[in-house]
Amino acid sequence: MHTGPSKIVLSQTGGPLYQQIVNQMKQRIAVGEWVAGEEIPSIRQLAADLSVSVITVKRAYLEMEHAGLIVTQHGKGSFVAAHVVPGPKIFEQEMAGHLEEAARLGATMGMSEREMVSRLRKALDETDDARVIPKPSKESV
Amino acid sequence: MNDLCIRMDGVSKRYPHFFLDGISLELSEGSVLGFIGANGAGKSTTIRILMGLVRQDSGSVEVLGHPMPAEQTTAKLDIGFVSEDMRLYGAATLAWHMNFVASMYPRWDKAYAETLLRRFDLKAEQKIKGLSHGQRVKAALLLALARQPRLLILDEPTTGLDPVARREVLGELMSVLRDEGRTIFFSSHNTLEVEQISDRIAFIDRGRLIALDEKEDLLDRWRRVRLMVPTGSVLPQIPGVIEVAGTERLPVLTTSQFNPGVVSLCEDRGATVQGVDAMTLEEIFVANVQSRRELQPA
Repeated sequence: MHTGPSKIVLSQTGGPLYQQIVNQMKQRIAVGEWVAGEEIPSIRQLAADLSVSVITVKRAYLEMEHAGLIVTQHGKGSFVAAHVVPGPKIFEQEMAGHLEEAARLGATMGMSEREMVSRLRKALDETDDARVIPKPSKESV
Repeated sequence: MNDLCIRMDGVSKRYPHFFLDGISLELSEGSVLGFIGANGAGKSTTIRILMGLVRQDSGSVEVLGHPMPAEQTTAKLDIGFVSEDMRLYGAATLAWHMNFVASMYPRWDKAYAETLLRRFDLKAEQKIKGLSHGQRVKAALLLALARQPRLLILDEPTTGLDPVARREVLGELMSVLRDEGRTIFFSSHNTLEVEQISDRIAFIDRGRLIALDEKEDLLDRWRRVRLMVPTGSVLPQIPGVIEVAGTERLPVLTTSQFNPGVVSLCEDRGATVQGVDAMTLEEIFVANVQSRRELQPA
């Protein structure tokens, strides 16, 4: 049984708790701290560690299962999915989903392509402060 | 695992100045129910009925399969109860209380009690009268937890605790739930902690249960929708609206039945959705209570 501390850190101002758990688990898989096939804490274990309700953790695990990142075997526990490859790819699928959704919404609202691009740019500006220090890139030189 | 731990059906109790009006609620084993209400809403009366300390005028109560108050003695072997005004013997030490409780409950876990002493930073040899409010609450909780009850009923366990003590208490409560056969029913007016640790949430106001829901569903369904309505057009009708605030052209609708379809519905009616804000449990509770009180003045 996995008994080590989960080291997931929740913040009261960091948005929905289940979302924070999902994001941090994804990051853990992305950077390779959790590898394919590794056992992760059970739902009740993690709920106890984080002092959050079982239902919140369950929801996070369900979302991770739907994304194909973890598998839960009844009576055995939860594991990182066998085929998971670490790396930023884990977020790519999610990104693609959000972009499609944005494009669809834009279309229903009758926005032009230009408008949508400028909205994305605006969103980038707005989240600028929240982002981690960016890696130096060609543009910034 | 999904056995019912608590079942209340149409429970009423009349006092000269208060009426507990047909409370029905169920709580399955292994979950946490957060019971939220303003002062005087009926939280403690409900809890006293659950514990068999007060007999309901009508309706039925079953706790761990035992009808209450008829089988309260048997039921209480498996219930740990902590209330805000819990009285321990002032002149006796905590160690004396621990021995006393251990002598009555065969499931008393001595090693766990010692662990709790350390985690709660309590001294067994200290007399109860020398303890601060927070230490008394932690002492009462220790006495309840070390008995390993299947059901914990806690009446405002964290009221009056400092943030550090509150975190210790919540952490300890949640670690109890590693065992899925154990259940917690707790009342609080600290909505933040209820939001954090509850699976199900009940709102009580003026003696009536006004909401009983899975926490995640409740948090998902309540939204504030900020709209921009063009001059001359009417406010779109969206489901579950309980409050309209803001201005005529920039209304803010609070709905208890939000779904993604609401956005397109508004836009079909010519309004622009400027934002959809999630609400905290506190905001949901207050909006819910206020809207009901407006509909039904006391």
